[in-house]
Amino acid sequence: MTTTTAPAPPVDAAPPTPRPGAARALLHNRLALAALVFLTVIIVCAVFAPLIAPADPNAQNLLGRLRPPAWQSGGSTAHLLGTDQLGRDLLSRIIYGTRVSLLVGAGAALLAGTIGTFAGLASGYFGGWTDRIVMRVADVQLAFPAILLALAVVGFVGSGLWYVILVLGITGWVSYARVVRSEVLSLRSRDFVTEAHAIGVGHLTIMRRHLLPNVMAPLATIGTLHIAAAVVAEASLSYLGLGVPKETVTWGGMLADGQLYLGTSWWIAVFPGLALMLTSLAINITGDALRDVADPKAYRR
Amino acid sequence: MTSSHTAEPLLDIRDLRKEFPGQPPSVAVDDVSLTVTEGETFALVGESGCGKTTLTRLLLRLLPPTSGSVRFDGTDLLSLDHAALRPFRRQMQVVLQDPYSSMNPRLRIADIVAEPLVTHEEWARGRRGRARTRERVCELLDAVGLDAGIVDRYPHEFSGGQRQRISIARALALEPRLVVLDEPTSALDVSVQARVLDLLADLQQRLGLTYFFISHNLAVVSRIADRVAVMRQGRIVETGTARQVFTTPEDPYTRRLLDAVPVPDPTRARRTAAVASESAESTIV
Ligand SMILES: Nc1ncnc2c1ncn2[C@@H]1O[C@H](COP(=O)(O)OP(=O)(O)OP(=O)(O)O)[C@@H](O)[C@H]1O
Ligand SMILES: [Mg+2]
Repeated sequence: MTTTTAPAPPVDAAPPTPRPGAARALLHNRLALAALVFLTVIIVCAVFAPLIAPADPNAQNLLGRLRPPAWQSGGSTAHLLGTDQLGRDLLSRIIYGTRVSLLVGAGAALLAGTIGTFAGLASGYFGGWTDRIVMRVADVQLAFPAILLALAVVGFVGSGLWYVILVLGITGWVSYARVVRSEVLSLRSRDFVTEAHAIGVGHLTIMRRHLLPNVMAPLATIGTLHIAAAVVAEASLSYLGLGVPKETVTWGGMLADGQLYLGTSWWIAVFPGLALMLTSLAINITGDALRDVADPKAYRR
Repeated sequence: MTSSHTAEPLLDIRDLRKEFPGQPPSVAVDDVSLTVTEGETFALVGESGCGKTTLTRLLLRLLPPTSGSVRFDGTDLLSLDHAALRPFRRQMQVVLQDPYSSMNPRLRIADIVAEPLVTHEEWARGRRGRARTRERVCELLDAVGLDAGIVDRYPHEFSGGQRQRISIARALALEPRLVVLDEPTSALDVSVQARVLDLLADLQQRLGLTYFFISHNLAVVSRIADRVAVMRQGRIVETGTARQVFTTPEDPYTRRLLDAVPVPDPTRARRTAAVASESAESTIV
C-alpha cells in the first residue's frame, strides 16, 4: 500500500495548554533568571574561592578587630564587609563558606535522592510487602528528627563534613520516596507499562526505561527544595557546633560567632545570614522554574 | 462446540475464570472457553465492562486467573514460569485501545518500536545492534504506512491514528503469530478507523497473522471478523462464524445488540467499506 502519511501536523493531538498570564510568566522568568545568575555567582565563588577571596579567610588580625563594612564610618575598602571579632575578613569568609554550603547541599540531595528514588520505585512498582516495609521505615524516619540523629552521630563517631552530608542525606530520603511512589502508582497501570509487560520486558528495565524518566520532573523539584533545606540545616548544625570542625569556614559557624556581637557589630552575623537566605531563596526559585519548563508538553493529556 | 479437526487451534482457552476480591467477589470472566484458529480474525464483542480486557490480560498472562487454562499452540501458558514464558511472549503481541497512554512520552519512536526487538533479539543489542534495529524500525514503519523519517520524534507529535500505526508496527516487530487487539480503533475518528482496519487486513494477508480482536462496535467487527464471540457479564453467550452471528443470531442478547446497531451482511459490509476507504485515501490519517 502506498499511503502518503505525512508525519507533520498532528490532527487530533492534545491542544497546547494555555499559559497563565504572559506578564506573570515573564516576571516569573526574570526572577528565575536573577536566581540563576545569583546561583552561578555562588558556584563560581565556591570553585574559585582562593582566586576570588581578597584575603585568607583564617588570617587573624587582632589590631583590626570588628571593623565595620566599608561604607560605614571606620570601615575601609581593605575589608569591604568588615571584619569579625578576630579581625578576619568577612567577605573572604563568606566566599569560602559557599564551599561547605554547596557541598553539603548537593551531597545530601544526591544521597537522599538516590535512596528515595530507589525506595519509591520499588515500593510503588512492586507494592505488597515491599511497599509496606518501605512506608513503615519512612514513618519511623519522619518521627525521628534529623537534628537528633545528627546529635547522635556527633556524639558517637565525631563531627565532620562527611558526617553532616551523611546525616542530612539519610534523613532526607522520605520526601523523594513518597513522590516517586505516588507517581509510579499511577504510571504502572498506564498502557505503555502493560505493553512492556506483555512484550516480556524485565522489571528492572521497566523501572529504568519507563518509570524513572517519567518521574524526573518532580524529582528535580524536590531535589532543589532539599538542597536549600540542607544548606540551611548544615548552617544550623554548624551554628550549634555540631557540623564541620571549627577551622572550616561555614555560614552557620559565622552566624554563631556573630550573635554575641549582634548589638555592637551586627555585620558579623547579618552578612552570612543574608548569604544563606538569598542562596536558599535562589535555589527554590530555580526549582520552581525548573518544574515549569520541565513539562511544557501536555503529555499527561 | 465441535471445531474442525483440521488443525490444533493456535489459542485454546478452557473454563477461564477471574474473580476480583470483594464482598461478594466480582466475577469479571466467568468460565470462558473459546478457540482461535491460526490465520483467522477472531472477534470478541460485548458492551463496556463485560470483561473483555480482563480476558486479554488473562490470556497474555498479565493477570493470574482464578481457574482454567490457556493453551497457546498446544502449550499450557499458565504452567510456565517467567523464563519459560519468554519464547511465547514474542509470539503474542498486543495493541491497546488508548493511543495516548500506550506510548512512553519520554521515548523516541525508534525506541518505542524497537522495544520488542531489544527485549528478545540478541542481535538488536550493543552498538552494532543499534544500527540494525534502526533499519528494522524503518522497515516496520514503512509497512504500516508511516514515513521512516519520524524515528527520532516523540509520541506527542503524532495524531491518534498515527500512534495506533506506530503501536501496530511495534506489535509486528517480532513477527508474532497472534496479535491481540484490544479495541484498537475505538478511540479514533470513523475515517481514520476505517484506514487502520484496512491496514490490519492488509498486514494479516501478507504476514499470515492471527488476530484476537476486541471491540464493542459491531459495525467494526462485521467488517473484519471471521468468527465472533459475544460476551455478556463475563460469559460467552454465543460463538460462531461472523455470518452466523450477524445473520442468524441464536442468543437473545446478541439479537438485542444487533437490533440496537443495524449491521449489514458482513460480506456486503466489507465491499462497501473498501469503497469508502478508497474515497478516503486522499485524507491523511
Ligand atoms: N483490577 C481490578 N479489580 C477489580 N475489578 C476489576 C479490575 N479490573 C477490572 N475489574 C472489573 O471487571 C469488569 C470487567 O472489566 P474489563 O475492563 O475487563 O471490561 P471491558 O469489557 O474491557 O470494558 P471496556 O469496554 O470498558 O474496556 C468490570 O466490572 C471491572 O470493574
Ligand atoms: Mg477494555
